[in-house]
Amino acid sequence: MDQLRKEEKIIEIVNVSKVFDETTAVENVSFYVRKGEFITFLGPSGCGKTTTLRMIAGFDIPTSGKILLNGKDITDLPPNKRPVNTVFQRYALFPHYNIYDNIAFGLKLKKVPVTYMNDKGEMYTKMQKLTRREIDEKVKNALAVVDLEGFEKRSVSTLSGGQQQRVAIARAIVNEPEILLLDEPLGALDLKMRKEMQIELKEMHRRLGITFIYVTHDQEEALTMSDTIVVMKDGCIQQIGTPTDIYNEPANAFVADFIGDSNILNGTMVDKLTVRFCNRNFACVDDFDKNEKVDVVVRPEDIEMCPPEQGMLVGRVIGVVFKGVHYEITAMVGRSEVVIQSTQSRKAGEIIGMNIAPDSIHIMKKDLLSNVYDGYITKRNTVCFGDGEFECDVTTLYPGSHLDEEGYLITADGQKLDLTDTDVTVEVGLTDIEISDNAEEGGARGHIVSLIYKGDHYQYIVRTEENEEDFVFDSEDLWNENDYVSVKIRPENIKLRLKAGENR
Amino acid sequence: MTRLHFSRKQLCIPYALFLVLFVAIPMLLILFYAFTDEVEGVLTFTFANFLNFFTSTAKLSTLLMSFTVAIISTALCLLIAYPVAYILARSRLRKKYVLLMLFILPMWINFVLRITALRELLDLIGLLGTENYLNTIIGMVYDFLPFMILPLYTTLEKLDNSYLEAASDLGAGPFTVFAKVTFPLSMPGVISGITMVFMPSMTNYVVSDTLSNFNITILGKLIDQYFTTYDNWHMGSMISIILLVIIFLTMLATGGFKDSEREARGANLW
Amino acid sequence: MVKRILSVLICALVLLFIYAPILLLVVYSFTESHVIGRWEGFSFELYAQLFRDAEIMQILFNTVWLALAAAGLSTILGTAGAIGIFYSRRRVAKPLQAMSQIPVINAEIVTAISLALLFSMLFLYRTYFSLIVGHMVLCTPFVVLSVLPKLKQMDSNTYEAALDLGASPSQALFRVVIPQIFSGIVSGFMLSITLSLDDYIVTAFTKPPMFDTISTYVYNAVKNGTNSSTPALRALSALIFIVMIAVLLIVNLRARKGAKERRA
Repeated sequence: MDQLRKEEKIIEIVNVSKVFDETTAVENVSFYVRKGEFITFLGPSGCGKTTTLRMIAGFDIPTSGKILLNGKDITDLPPNKRPVNTVFQRYALFPHYNIYDNIAFGLKLKKVPVTYMNDKGEMYTKMQKLTRREIDEKVKNALAVVDLEGFEKRSVSTLSGGQQQRVAIARAIVNEPEILLLDEPLGALDLKMRKEMQIELKEMHRRLGITFIYVTHDQEEALTMSDTIVVMKDGCIQQIGTPTDIYNEPANAFVADFIGDSNILNGTMVDKLTVRFCNRNFACVDDFDKNEKVDVVVRPEDIEMCPPEQGMLVGRVIGVVFKGVHYEITAMVGRSEVVIQSTQSRKAGEIIGMNIAPDSIHIMKKDLLSNVYDGYITKRNTVCFGDGEFECDVTTLYPGSHLDEEGYLITADGQKLDLTDTDVTVEVGLTDIEISDNAEEGGARGHIVSLIYKGDHYQYIVRTEENEEDFVFDSEDLWNENDYVSVKIRPENIKLRLKAGENR
Repeated sequence: MTRLHFSRKQLCIPYALFLVLFVAIPMLLILFYAFTDEVEGVLTFTFANFLNFFTSTAKLSTLLMSFTVAIISTALCLLIAYPVAYILARSRLRKKYVLLMLFILPMWINFVLRITALRELLDLIGLLGTENYLNTIIGMVYDFLPFMILPLYTTLEKLDNSYLEAASDLGAGPFTVFAKVTFPLSMPGVISGITMVFMPSMTNYVVSDTLSNFNITILGKLIDQYFTTYDNWHMGSMISIILLVIIFLTMLATGGFKDSEREARGANLW
Repeated sequence: MVKRILSVLICALVLLFIYAPILLLVVYSFTESHVIGRWEGFSFELYAQLFRDAEIMQILFNTVWLALAAAGLSTILGTAGAIGIFYSRRRVAKPLQAMSQIPVINAEIVTAISLALLFSMLFLYRTYFSLIVGHMVLCTPFVVLSVLPKLKQMDSNTYEAALDLGASPSQALFRVVIPQIFSGIVSGFMLSITLSLDDYIVTAFTKPPMFDTISTYVYNAVKNGTNSSTPALRALSALIFIVMIAVLLIVNLRARKGAKERRA
């Protein structure tokens, strides 16, 4: 594909948000798709990828923002007026039509300009339906593209899942759309069929030369097929890049964890281009500020095993799993767990050395160093934030102050203050939060919505139901996603600050 | 919301208007009429109709008699329909649906004609004109039996045989299996059958009129009389309200019946 | 064995109860006797009388056109209503579904007098309008209840797929949604026909004074004691019994067979 064409933007999404009944599905998303590209939206369920696709198709209309097609605003254009066709997740074939009628559905509705000459010799154009012959021809070609020649008269219910999938593709491409949208089209197929279809789709994309926008939650599918991957989470774009970029240079711990297997370790920059993790200093190629806390991502296949005395890291093998092509070896290095992929096997209990090349160490900014909330002080001198109420030490707001018997605050210079309803900024460190099964025990309650393994600990996010406040914290204990827990914070770990302008 | 979805939603507007105008408003009118009376051409709000109903021995005895007829009819329907539904549902006949069809076919034939046919039969055997209550009950059972058989059959047919096998496996005899497993599991059918039969048995005065030579007045007939004979629409409305309360209470007692009436009406057989 | 005999006996007795009156009427429709129970030789005379009786023919015609009109209008209104309810939010759909239940659960006499109150207020009491609306109140909710489950079974993406392939919303509705729910529409229509044909009470309260359906005519004949003096009615009943039983058996058995073949 020539460079010029490659740079043409076919679809441009500008600051698009979509809110359904007060839940935000897509939040301020902007990106563009180049003509002829195979682009994939990748992310866990509920990340907003399907909603984004549906907005491009026209089934959902953005709450705010714009969608441009070839530079023209199509935000409010109904789906039947868009040169875009969709392959649905569960195919959505019309059960009351046979295969031929399913594929011919769009063609029968279509009108094309036909030029005639009248008796005076003048040329004029008329919008006309396609002839029966033209439709027959196109349906036949489409069936040939998907390898289902001769299936015209079959009914939908007699087809296997894979065949239905092919009909759905044929039904879309027969209309020669500028863009083909595919919403997890292989999700309902078994593994073997899925692999075959991946190759076929890629080949189809090459032959047809049209733009494919693909939605999947399968990172391997995305890496195999795409020219560009858009990684999404919670309605926001996490990273846009080629499969190689995304795999080798994940933008954050979420992307690293979601794409491929990875070891995510806590590290600190000790010098320029030097990072310390697992109690060793490593040379690296990413530049960060000295003493900055960072996430270090190392792919399992980038760790080389060697005799213990030659390794920068030394660990004890605790588990070996044969994965077909390679072995997956888990080793304990100090208190961190490290996963290694290698064609060589090791025995459990064996002491091994490990080396990592500088360009295999990917350093990314730590997402968050502490939780910050807006809160206020209650009558009882506790603090409300994050949909909960916590014991705290209000005297920290005014250095040298103390509380009297009635609960009023006496400042260092003897002033008596009623702190009720004082707005404060609350900061809680990532290691200062504990959770408990007992809903009554903590100050706030919520579900665990995310856990990421970071070598020697897990990073959790507990989200409350009422206002969706997040508590991010590190813990060595293992909890499950969706567990309903209560959040405990010791009073001394709640750091309070008066809000600007509130200093009475 | 998007315009795209709006166009489909708009389709319910005529139906919504229809329901409000011809279902909701008329029901409110009944309420309005029940608690008003026309005194010298002026409508006044009153509880008189309500008090009148509960102090009139004639009306109360009509209510009581109507209730008794309905209870006996419903019980007889259940007593006859249950064995039939059970035999049909449990039978291993390959064409048992043909048999079922025969039992519920009359549902679709004009009930006035069927009741007059029954009247001829009762006349022939000498019951007509002598046994008014018996005839009315026979008529109710005759008319509503299919509405009891169908829901019973549907639940019994769906009943998983493995429950019964499990019960016998655990040592239950045939009677215990029926009492402890089959019957409790068929309760949804029993309930929807009862709700299908009980209320019409209190109100379908065509049956009682035709078979008692207009000698028995059930609650439905009383309402009809206040509208057509006595021309007191306010009292008629009050009796309707009382009837509605009874319907509501039986529904509360039996736990409501959702779509079961449609099924019992045989919608699925068409 | 005893169980089997008992089973057969119970079924036979109940069937006898159900069909004895019908059979009696059918048998005595083939004799000239004015009184049932006295056989005066086989004859088609009553049928000849029936077809000569202009009044009864008019009533038959009334009954049929009323059923067709009410069922047709109910089917259109109810199908549109069901589609609208299905695609509406719960806030709209719930109250509509609840209101749909009222005529289904309600005693017919209450529905009938409620309509009488409304139409007398609108000065439309006992007109063709009140009659058709009355029958529609009985039928439309059943159409909605027949169509809604079909909509729920439908793959909701097929409508979007049609739009995606270039169909306008109305084309998508008629080419994709309606064909998929068609069996529900048909059963709603048939149910409406039977409900309308079967009705007495609502008809009695909404019909124009000089208009009669089979139900009201026969009821009034019994009321006025003229029943036995029109043996032609016996022939009419017998004819309706025979035709209905034949039609229902054929339709249902064929539908069953079709369903079985499709499954196989």
